[in-house]
Amino acid sequence: MSAPAITMPATGAVKKGVSLRQSRRWALIASYVFLVMFAIFFLLPPYYMIVTAFKSDAEMARLATNPWLIVDGATLDQFKILLTQTDFLIFFKNTVIVTVCVVAITMVVSVLAAFSLGRMQFWGSSLLATGIFLTYLVPDTLLFIPMFQIVKSIGLLNSYWGMVLVYPTLTVPFCTWIMIGYFQSIPKELDEAALIDGAGHLQMLLKIFIPVALPGIIAATIFAFTVSWAAFVYPMAFLYSSDQQVLTVGTVTSLIRGDVYKWGMLMAGALLAAAPPLVIYAFLMDYYIAGLTAGATKG
Amino acid sequence: MAEVALHKVVKKYGEVEAVRAIDLDIPDNEFVVLVGPSGCGKSTTLRMIAGLEEITSGNIMIDGEVVNDLPPKDRDIAMVFQNYALYPHMTAFENMSFGLKLRKLPKEEIRQRVEHAARILDITELLDRRPKALSGGQRQRVAMGRAIVRNPKVFLFDEPLSNLDAKLRVQMRTEIKRVHQKVKTTTVYVTHDQVEAMTLADRVVVMNGGRIEQIGTPQDLYHKPATRFVAGFIGSPAMNFIPCRLEQAGNDLRVRVSDTIALPVPSSLAPRYKGLAGKEMLLGLRPEHITEPRHNGAGEPNQFSVTLDVVEPMGMETMVFFTINDTEFCGRVEPKSAVDAGATIRLQAGMDHMHIIDPASGAVL
Repeated sequence: MSAPAITMPATGAVKKGVSLRQSRRWALIASYVFLVMFAIFFLLPPYYMIVTAFKSDAEMARLATNPWLIVDGATLDQFKILLTQTDFLIFFKNTVIVTVCVVAITMVVSVLAAFSLGRMQFWGSSLLATGIFLTYLVPDTLLFIPMFQIVKSIGLLNSYWGMVLVYPTLTVPFCTWIMIGYFQSIPKELDEAALIDGAGHLQMLLKIFIPVALPGIIAATIFAFTVSWAAFVYPMAFLYSSDQQVLTVGTVTSLIRGDVYKWGMLMAGALLAAAPPLVIYAFLMDYYIAGLTAGATKG
Repeated sequence: MAEVALHKVVKKYGEVEAVRAIDLDIPDNEFVVLVGPSGCGKSTTLRMIAGLEEITSGNIMIDGEVVNDLPPKDRDIAMVFQNYALYPHMTAFENMSFGLKLRKLPKEEIRQRVEHAARILDITELLDRRPKALSGGQRQRVAMGRAIVRNPKVFLFDEPLSNLDAKLRVQMRTEIKRVHQKVKTTTVYVTHDQVEAMTLADRVVVMNGGRIEQIGTPQDLYHKPATRFVAGFIGSPAMNFIPCRLEQAGNDLRVRVSDTIALPVPSSLAPRYKGLAGKEMLLGLRPEHITEPRHNGAGEPNQFSVTLDVVEPMGMETMVFFTINDTEFCGRVEPKSAVDAGATIRLQAGMDHMHIIDPASGAVL
C-alpha cells in the first residue's frame, strides 16, 4: 500500500516539469513562426524598393524578368539621374531644414511644458496636461483646412517655413505627453535634494532633469523627427513650388508625371529618403539607456 | 552649528491637521531623534525645518533667525533622504560637490572638502563611481557625504536606514553616530524604529497623532514614560498593559490582576499610589521585569504560576507568552531555563519597575 503512495506524488512532479518545458517550447515555436511572418511581411516592401532602385530602366521595362531579382547587374544610374537631373537635393535640403527646426522647437517647448506640468504642481496643471494630449487626438487631415487659412494669413503659404510653424502642432502635444510621464517617474526626492543643494528651477531642469530623463527626451526626439521627416498631408496642401517642396511630396510629384511612373528613381529617392531615419534610429537606439536612472533611489 | 527652535508649529493639509502646535528646542550640536508610528507627523516636521513644506502657523528658527519663508537653500541645512536621492548621472564626487559648485566655491576648496568627507566616511575609492555601481550602504554614505561637505548648520536625516537590510542598518547606525561625534553639528533624525532612536539620540522626541508625547533622553523615556503610548512604543518587546485594581490590605497596597494573583506594590512606591486604592487601572510591566524567580518561594506574593502559550528562543534570552484573564503577557527568561509551550512555570514580577496608568487619560501616574 505504501509503494503507490510514495511513487504517485513523484510521478506527478515529473509530469508537471515536462509539461512546463513542453508548453514553453510550444510558446517559443509559436513566437518564432509569428515573428518570422511579421518580419517577412514588413521587410518585403523595403526589399522591393532596394532591388528596384539598383535596376536599369531597360530591365524594368522587360516584363519577362523576375521583379524580385536583379538580373542584368546592379547599377547606380537611377541615383545619378535623381541627384543630377531632378530637384531631389533641394527637397532633401528643405526637409533637413524643416526637420531640424521642428525638432528643436518641439524639444524646447515640450521639455519646458512637461517640466512645469509634470513637476511644478499648480492649479489646473493636470487638466492642462490632459488638454494637451487631447489636441493630439485631432487628426491632421481635419486640421489642414483651418491651418491653411492661418498659414495663408501670415504669408507662409508655399514656403517650407510654414511647415516649421505647422508641424509642431502635431509633435509638441505628444512629446509633451511622453515627457510628462518621464518627469513624473523621477523620484520627488531628487528635486528636493537639488533644492537643498541650492539649485533654482532652471538649474534643476538643466542639470538634473534633462540628463536623468534622457531616454524619454530621445524617444520624444525620435518621434518629432519621424513626424516632420515623413509628413505628407501638410506639404501636399501648403507647398506647390519645387524649390519649397520637401522629400515626401516632392519625390512623388516630380517623378510621377501623369500616368508615367519613374519607378527606378522613385525607389532610389525613397531609399535615400529612408536612409537618415535609419541612421538616426540606429545611432540613438544605442543611447536609449533604460538603466540610466537606476541607482538614483533604492531599487 | 546652530540651535533649532519650533514654536507652536502647525501644519494643515486642507482640514487635516498633520502637526498640531508643537514646541521643540534643540540646542547646538544636539542629536535629536523624532520617532513615532507612520502618520504621526515626524517627517512633516523635518520637512518643515528643511523648508520643503510650508508651515501653516507658528515659527521655525535656526540660529535665532525665523526661517518660515526662507527657501531650503538659504537655511544652511543639509538633508539625507530615505531613498538616497543621488543624482544618477553624476559620480559620487560630482554628487557630493554639486551643492558646492552651485555656491561657486573655488575648485580646490571643493576638492578638499569632498576628499575630507570621503575620508570620514571611508569612500575615497568610490568617488569616481556612479550611484548605479554602488551598494545600498555605499550610496547612503555618499548621500551623507553630500551633506557633510556642505558644512551646514543643521543635518536632517529622513529615515536614512529604512532601505537597508538589517545587518547593514546596524553598521550604518554606528557609522552615523561616529560621524556625529567627528562632525559636531546639530542633527534632527527621523525614524519609526525605536531602537535607532534609542541608540542614536541625545534626546528622543516621541510623536503621535501630530503631537509631541514626550521629549527626553533614551533612558528617561524607557524608565519614566509619561504616557501609555510612550511606554508601549519604546522598548521591544512592548510593555505589558494589564487591567488591574489597586487594593488596600492593611498597611500594604496590592495590584489585583486576577482572582488568584495580587501583586504587592513596593513600599517605596506605595505612597504615590495610595490614593488610587479601589480604582480600576492599568499595570505596566516590561517583559524583562516578568522573569523566573531567583529563589522559588511559594509564599512570595510577587510570584505566580502560569501555563505558557508560546515560547520564542532569541539566543541570549527566551521570550515566553501566556494569558491571564484574556490578557496576553510577555515575559523574559534565561535561555538555560529551557521551557516548552504548554509547560507551567513560576514567574516573578519585578514590581520595583511597575507603572500605573490611568486607562481613561493614558497618563502614567
